This record gives sequence, C-alpha cells and structure tokens, in this order.
Amino acid sequence: MKVTQISSFIENRPGRLHAACAALAAKGVNIHTLSLADTREFGILRLIVADPAAAKAALEGAGYIAKFTDVVAVEVPDDAGGLSRILAHVDAAGLNIEYMYAFSTTVGEHAIVIIRFTDADRAVAELQQRGVNVIEPVKLLAQ
Amino acid sequence: MMLRENWNDVGQGFHPVSAPDYLPTAQLHELQLRRLKAIVARAYENVPLFRERMDERGLTPASIESLADLAKLPFTIKTDLRDTYPFGLFASPMSEVVRLHASSGTTGKPIVVAYTQEDLQVWASAMLRTFASAGIHRGDIVQNAYGYGLFTGGLGAHYGLEAIGATVVPTSGGNSDRQIMLMRDFGVTGISCTPSYFLHLIERAQELGVDLRELPLRVGVFGAEPWSDGMRERIEEGAGIKAYDIYGLSEITGPGVGAECSAQNGLHIFEDHFYPEIINPETLEVLPDGEEGELVLTTLSKRAMPMIRYRTRDITRIITEPCSCGRTIRRIDRIRRRSDDMFIIRGVNVFPSQIETALLAVEGTLPHYRIILTRSKGLDQMGVEVEVSAELFSDQVRAMEELHHRLAHSIERITGIRAGLRLVEPHTIPRSEGKARRVWDERNS
Repeated sequence: MKVTQISSFIENRPGRLHAACAALAAKGVNIHTLSLADTREFGILRLIVADPAAAKAALEGAGYIAKFTDVVAVEVPDDAGGLSRILAHVDAAGLNIEYMYAFSTTVGEHAIVIIRFTDADRAVAELQQRGVNVIEPVKLLAQ
Repeated sequence: MMLRENWNDVGQGFHPVSAPDYLPTAQLHELQLRRLKAIVARAYENVPLFRERMDERGLTPASIESLADLAKLPFTIKTDLRDTYPFGLFASPMSEVVRLHASSGTTGKPIVVAYTQEDLQVWASAMLRTFASAGIHRGDIVQNAYGYGLFTGGLGAHYGLEAIGATVVPTSGGNSDRQIMLMRDFGVTGISCTPSYFLHLIERAQELGVDLRELPLRVGVFGAEPWSDGMRERIEEGAGIKAYDIYGLSEITGPGVGAECSAQNGLHIFEDHFYPEIINPETLEVLPDGEEGELVLTTLSKRAMPMIRYRTRDITRIITEPCSCGRTIRRIDRIRRRSDDMFIIRGVNVFPSQIETALLAVEGTLPHYRIILTRSKGLDQMGVEVEVSAELFSDQVRAMEELHHRLAHSIERITGIRAGLRLVEPHTIPRSEGKARRVWDERNS
C-alpha cells in the first residue's frame, strides 16, 4: 500500500531545478506530484511518478542523487475538517509525521495527501485499522 | 637514572627496553655511528637506486667516518618509493620479509614498506618505549582504535602494547558506540587512536550519557595527524586523561619514531634507531640543533628497507635543552606543519588533511570536498564545499541541516577556524588528474 517517492538534492541556485526536470522530461517521466522543501542553500525535491525506477535512472544519469522513500497516500474527505479528522487518527495511533504535501489531483470525490511517516508500514496498518482509506499506488497513478 | 626492579609502577624507574632512552651521549653517538656505517653498507650493496646515487657522488660506504659524514649522503624522497613501486627499495630477499604495509595511496599507487623479523622486533621495542613514555605499563587495559590492516598504526601499536605487557583490546577504528561500551565495560585505562577520532568519541559518549571522566581511563596516546595544543586541552578536560603526542611515518617504520614523555614538552626521537637531522628545505643545508626546518630521518637498524636521509616534509626543530624526565635522547617540537600542503588563514596553520579528518569523523566516509580561501573586507575566509553523496543524503530537511551542522562543527573543532560550509550536488567540484587538488586560494585574485 506504500507509494515510492523519489527525492533528490538540489542546490539553491538558478537553473538547477529546471535541469532536474529537463532530465526527467528527456526520459519521458511524467511527474504526478512534486514538493520542494527549501532552505537558504539547498532544496530537497520530492516526486511521485508512475515509474520510479526510470525517474531514478534519469536523475542519476544527469548527475543528481536519487533516493527511494516509502510514503503513504491518504484519502482525505473534501470538506471542512476532512484533514483534521485524518490527523486525529494519526495522533491517536501515535504515528510520527516527518512531512506531508498534497497530491496534485483528486481521486474520485476525494483529495489525497502524501505523508512521510517515520514508520510507513506501521502507519498503513494503523490507519487502515481506523477506517482511513489508504490509496494503492496503482490507483493513485492511474490518472 | 638507575634501572629498578619495580619499573612497572609509574614514576618508579623505567622498563628495561627503554634503557637506550637514557644512554650517556658519547655512548649513544658510538652506537649510532656503528649502526650508520652498517646501514649505509647494507643499502649500498642491496638497493640499486641508492648505489647509483652514491656512485654519482663518488661515495662509498667507507666515506662514512663520523656522524657528520651523513650530510654527504643523497636524500631519499617520497617519489623514490613510488618510482620503485612496489619492491624496488627492498634490501632483503622476499624470503626474509615477513610483513608488508602500504599507504592508502591518494595519488594512485601506494607506498609499500617491508619488515624482516628483526625489523618487527625493533618496531615493537620502539612502540614499547613510546607507551612506556606515556606511563603505560603491565596491568593497563589499552584500547587500540588505530585502524588494523595495511595502515601501520593498528598493528604497530598492537605489538608495542603486547610487548609492554598491557592487555590489548584491538577494536581497530570505527563503530563508536561499541568503542564506548567496551571502554566502560572493560574498565579500559588507556587508549591509542588518532586525536580527532578520540574527540569524536568524547562527543559521542556525551550523547550516550557516558561521562568518560568517571571511567578508569587515564591516558591517551595520539598520533598519525597534526593536532594543536587546543585539541590537547579539549581532550584532557573532556575525558579527564593525560594526552600524549607520538610521531612516526610508514616510510621509516610506522608509529614509534618519537614520543612525548611525562613532561609533554616535545617528542623524544628514538635516535638509536632513527637518526634525525633538520635541514633548510630550500638550500638542503643541515641546520644546527634549535633551528626550525624540515625533519630528515635515517633508519639506523632497518634491514628490509633502509631509508637514508628520508625527507619527511614535516617542519620542526630539535630541542637543545635537556628534558626534565631524564632521557638523554633528543626531542623535536610537536609537528605543526608540513612543508608542502599547509595554508595559513587568520594566522592559523591549517592542513587539508585536518579538513579531511574532520569530514571523516562525521560519517566515517570521506566525501569529495574542496577548500576555497577568499578575502572579504581584509578578513580571510575559509569556505568548504562538500559534495552530498547518496550515503549522506536524506529526504528530510532536518537531517540535512543536522549534517551541515555536524560537518561545520567538526571542522571548527579540529582546525579552530569557523568555516563557511556548503553542501553541493555530486560531481560539481572539479576533478583533477593525478593528485587531487583540495585548496583554491582566491585571496590574491
């Protein structure tokens, strides 16, 4: 049920993000969702793509670091308080969130958030047990 | 000083093997001359490169009639070892060579050194005298965290410790948490490793809630890299121990060429085996004792690989005053710089090797890096760029910021200079052919 995220180290200087995206484009990798965490000196690019192995090869071929991390795609009811209710379950299960970002499109009637938990396996089990809908990669990426 | 029965007690006489440390000078000179004549003859007869250079100068072993005649002999330099790689400078047939060591070889081919059975005995005795100088004795439990293997540090220290009768814990380098656990559980009283690694252990112990000052640990024997008096203070205060500097290099034997005594004021050279000269590195003239210059060493008893007038590139001076410890063998000042790769920033001598050590201390692997020196508003700045490798990278900002902080802190701890550290993408630092270029000095451009 986990989703494979690609992350990469990007120096905070003009052209570096473009060059990374160009490397992916050249290999026909379509980016489903992107998040860029930035500091003064560098950024960490995180991507959800249909073919993580191809994305990793494309980035590494262009001299970038590419690392796989397991993240969890969680369905969020698209109404006021939807995300809050999900996070209440996360708290109740004692799960630790490292970071999260919104998936760019909805799946059916629902919004999706991508969450990097400290322990992805435990997060999937706990959330499912509490009736939270964890989206399978196949469904997430079949857009 | 009299040899006493109870040499095992600190401050109560000396170990019998340390006797040459206290030889009357005339007797020492006689021994040195006898050994010098024999080693020059051995090298002349067995090492073609040395023989050629002697012949060019019209010299034969008979040209050595006094210790001062050493100055007539040709120098040996590091390139000679590379040019004759691997076995070209050996003076013994392989059937008599019982051990090989080699440098890490940052420039391609490593430096290879060889030992006969007798050479290993001399080396162990020199290391025994090294540890004895630091007050280590039978009954001590000594953790040896120098790397074991091709590097001379681990095995060199190991055999010296066994010879003195201490209990050796051969942990080799790395796995800091286990080092600290064993140090505590075994009641370790002495440690030998590089000073930067021990600083790292002090910090790691603090993180683990272990106070080294409360353990039986009382003495550390540190070498293999230049370290400052400031580092000594931090080590002695941080761990509640006495920290002794030792000196050596693989080309001569490994560790065990010289060592500090209880006076901690210069390193005694075991000059009955390793004869020191100080030269002006430009004119190559021999300088009188007391003057600063490049240390040149001649192995007086090495059989497998005699080194005649080996230029160490280390800058120091021979201390002329007698030492308060009673040893008669001469001392050199602590090595603070080398003649080839050092740079000075804000009046502080810094070696690229120190930056290397600082980076290594953080993750245990050496990332690609470069040092950029700039001048801004009249003030020198040291910038260090470190390439982020797949091993160093994390998808979490916090982890990357912690890495940045640990690297910067480690550099400041070891050099005393606050560096502007930048994490950069892989393959962005220019690679050079041959020896890696580490320093970009842009202060005058």
